[in-house]
Amino acid sequence: MSLRSFTLLLSAVAMLVCANLSSASESFVLSEHCPPSFEKNAQGQCKLVNMYQMYDSIENKGMGGTQTSLPPYRDGFTPQQIDLGRYLFFDPLLSPNQTLSCASCHQPQKGFADGLDRSIGILGEKVKRAAPTLWNAAFLQRLFWDGRATTLEQQAAGPLFAADEMGNTPEQLLNSLQNNTYYPDMFKQAFPASQKIELAQIYRALAAFQSSLISLNSRYDHYAHGYHQALTEPEIEGMNIFRSFVARCSECHTPPLFTNQQIAVIGTPEPAGLPLDVGAETPFHSEKLKGGFKVPTLRNIVKTAPYMHSGVFPTLREAVDFYNKGRGHAVPEGVKMYIHWHIWEPNLTEQEIDRIVDFLGALTDESLTPAIPQRLPSGLK
Amino acid sequence: MKSNKVFVTLLIAGAFVGGMYLGKGQQPAPTITDSAQKIGYQGGFKKDAEPASMSKSAVKAREVEGQTLVVKPGSLIMDAVKSASPGDTIQIMPGTYHETVYIDKDDIRIIGVIEQGKRAVLDGQKKLNDAILYSGNNIVVENLKITQYKGNGIMGQAGNNFEIRNNIIVDTGVYGIFPQLGKNGIVEYNIVSGIEDAAIYVGMSDNIHVAHNHVFASVAGIEIENSRHAIVENNFVYDNAGGILAFVTPGLPVKTTYDVIIRDNFIHQNNHVNFGAPGSTVSGIPSGTGMLIMAADDVIIENNIVSDNKVAGIIITDHANAPNITIDPESDPTPERTMILNNVMVNNGYDTIDEAKVLMLSEFKQGNPDIVRVGDNTGSCIINRHQYVTVGVSDWAECNFTSTDNIDSYILDEPVAPREIHGSERGKMAYLGICTGCHTYTGRMIGPPVQVIQAMYMDNPQGLADYIAAPVKKRDDYPEMPAQNYLDEETRLAVAKYMLSVKN
Ligand code: HEC
Ligand code: HEC
Ligand code: HEC
Repeated sequence: MSLRSFTLLLSAVAMLVCANLSSASESFVLSEHCPPSFEKNAQGQCKLVNMYQMYDSIENKGMGGTQTSLPPYRDGFTPQQIDLGRYLFFDPLLSPNQTLSCASCHQPQKGFADGLDRSIGILGEKVKRAAPTLWNAAFLQRLFWDGRATTLEQQAAGPLFAADEMGNTPEQLLNSLQNNTYYPDMFKQAFPASQKIELAQIYRALAAFQSSLISLNSRYDHYAHGYHQALTEPEIEGMNIFRSFVARCSECHTPPLFTNQQIAVIGTPEPAGLPLDVGAETPFHSEKLKGGFKVPTLRNIVKTAPYMHSGVFPTLREAVDFYNKGRGHAVPEGVKMYIHWHIWEPNLTEQEIDRIVDFLGALTDESLTPAIPQRLPSGLK
Repeated sequence: MKSNKVFVTLLIAGAFVGGMYLGKGQQPAPTITDSAQKIGYQGGFKKDAEPASMSKSAVKAREVEGQTLVVKPGSLIMDAVKSASPGDTIQIMPGTYHETVYIDKDDIRIIGVIEQGKRAVLDGQKKLNDAILYSGNNIVVENLKITQYKGNGIMGQAGNNFEIRNNIIVDTGVYGIFPQLGKNGIVEYNIVSGIEDAAIYVGMSDNIHVAHNHVFASVAGIEIENSRHAIVENNFVYDNAGGILAFVTPGLPVKTTYDVIIRDNFIHQNNHVNFGAPGSTVSGIPSGTGMLIMAADDVIIENNIVSDNKVAGIIITDHANAPNITIDPESDPTPERTMILNNVMVNNGYDTIDEAKVLMLSEFKQGNPDIVRVGDNTGSCIINRHQYVTVGVSDWAECNFTSTDNIDSYILDEPVAPREIHGSERGKMAYLGICTGCHTYTGRMIGPPVQVIQAMYMDNPQGLADYIAAPVKKRDDYPEMPAQNYLDEETRLAVAKYMLSVKN
């Protein structure tokens, strides 16, 4: 080791010690570094950097094949906004009785879902639908199962103020943040130009944090970038079935995001005793979209059982097997649904279904899981 | 004729219209446009430069030929694909092969060897899904015979610069040839039949040339869907339920079809029963349709011989009037600027659908319709309309051009090039996209701080690159680092250099 590098090493160790000391102090200093996979530009904004940016795609849609660019995405938030969003996301202070945070239903260790068929809200009762994963939310053009929101900011107001979810009111939310010992200062760090906490800042910080949840480095991605040994033979077989024109999964769950972001009517069943969820019919005011849902991403899918909008399938295999049971087989009698043309009778063999499940297991990448705050500004757990 | 009642009404209407016609004897003579003058089309795809040569090729020219790998019956084509590198050619000797060939590499040519008429046959035995599936760029598939697959014959997923030619595809599932999400491709000299959807289906693609194909006994002959800058010419399209289609299908991520030229095709007797799968878009096509334009814009139809299609020679429709069509607020349901130049139309519409008859009645038209337009349509034009029996086009303008001869091909003069990525950029992408998940500049994360690594490897990027290809356990208080051998050598060195250069 040269002398020069030895001194470097020493100073590195010294800095490490400093870093530890500062994190133990009282106030909350928001990070000035962009999270992994983001680069800080001259304006101090975090811009996404990813291997898929090596490629192009038709009409810049970011769809199809293996080596394709990413769809349009949200980035450009500051490190402080992202970090503030992280605290807010995990803080139960955002619900009126201080029991629920976003992370109650979107838990990092459960693929940012909650492991339930339908989430349990502030009233202790199940809400209408399952909590979707938030991985790669930065890329979504439509949010919620029925696609009723178009931005993460617009989306955030949903759970915060829905009576059966977090059940807060704008006034109460602003009050509890304003009266907290730390948040006013933290908002100041994230939004230096503003005098007081505003709803829009809360939405923006939450959007900033969620946009940093990038999962694009699974073994499948290694394969896509050209390292074909990354997948096992059964997984490759599964991939070929998945993208075949018999199973047609990739026509809707299109790589690299494993969603084509469209609304599709596929006619999944409701759990016994639950009324039909008409899905996209409501926000789009069209009978043709009755039972239509946004095609969900399949990244980290093994982490987010149970499956579908109301969690009707406990296992991944059952979810895949749904497609093999015939076009419209679960549509209730007397209901007219315009089932999507790619939903047919593929007659996959049992082995083929197993192989698809194998392949879906290769879509797991949680390497950029953010740190859960050790201590929250509210002092809550 | 299905219904006697309709027949009678038609007769009465016929008599009525006939009388009108006589009464209109002093009508001015029809406008006859002489297309021999060849007034060229001024729209369409503009290329950057004049073509350097007239040889039409979509794939990137090879500077050096790679190896030629020869596959004989009894061995697997896939083994050759696995060992092939970009630039290689795989020759397949005559004989029968049962496998799915998938190509996730660039610049591979799959060439069947035809010996005295004997081909390499890919036979899916109604057990296998697709015959050929590629996602690489610069792929050629030639001279094969493909039969008895359940999915597609040849399917491209986002591969650019492709050439699919001289293949025979028989009784093979859903689509015979299906390039999807690709740019710059040629589909020519293929014979495709017995396909349950479209024999040749170009989906969500740009700059496409479909020529000299022979497609028959399928539900749809040739379909251009949600694609731009496509020419369909010199094809023989017969005995399908629908001949040539240009569609905007709603609900797909790419939303438009425009700039499509359909010319010099034989579109004959497309009266096959429609055996499309229930719910599929094509299952709604009335058997007997020569051409169907649905919601596509800037479609030019020129110099086709359109004969004996029993419903109509050409149907132009919006989404609202098409069956099996979902809604999509982001896709425009109206066909705009349909342009019909000279075509030879003979004996079409002799057993047409009720909807067409009703429209005829409303315009007091008689005879069998060559051209039927239903629903919204704007900006369209037609020349020599007096030649055809038409409905729904009487308010169309005269076209201000008569020929597309000035447009040779929409194939790019230079094939789509890969995005130019320099070493440092590549290094940055890998560093930020991968390494920063475990390494930060100063702090301890999952791996040691970058500052520490810089101190160790400052003068030795190659050593760092070697370490990450096969990391060994070094520190007791850290987990093992996972191997980064999925990054190729060039990227490993680039990321090493980048890691050593970062300052925060
Ligand atoms: C009570 C459980 C619960 C809480 C708390 C909750 N969510 Fe959700 N979240 C859900 C459910 C259920 C859905 C799906 C609702 C639907 O589609 O109708 C959802 C949907 C979403 C989506 C849309 C994802 C997609 O793919 O469309 C986002 C983003 C999201 N939540 C973020 C948040 C944020 C941010 C918070 C905190 C402010 C939060 N959630 C709090 C249960 C919850
Ligand atoms: C026509 C488009 C389409 C096709 C084709 C399709 N899917 Fe889906 N997929 C959807 C939609 C829409 C949903 C959500 C449906 C719901 O919640 O009711 C979904 C949900 C899923 C889910 C559950 C995701 C979750 O987070 O709960 C899985 C797993 C899945 N699909 C796998 C597959 C597989 C495997 C195939 C091929 C056999 C396939 N899909 C084919 C549209 C499609
Ligand atoms: C999943 C986490 C993870 C990722 C991703 C990761 N590393 Fe590491 N890295 C580690 C760990 C843990 C160690 C410590 C290993 C040990 O000391 O045994 C390490 C150690 C190293 C070392 C020190 C080698 C030595 O000789 O001590 C280098 C250099 C390195 N990593 C480079 C990289 C580069 C470059 C990348 C991105 C291409 C990368 N790492 C990605 C976890 C990771």
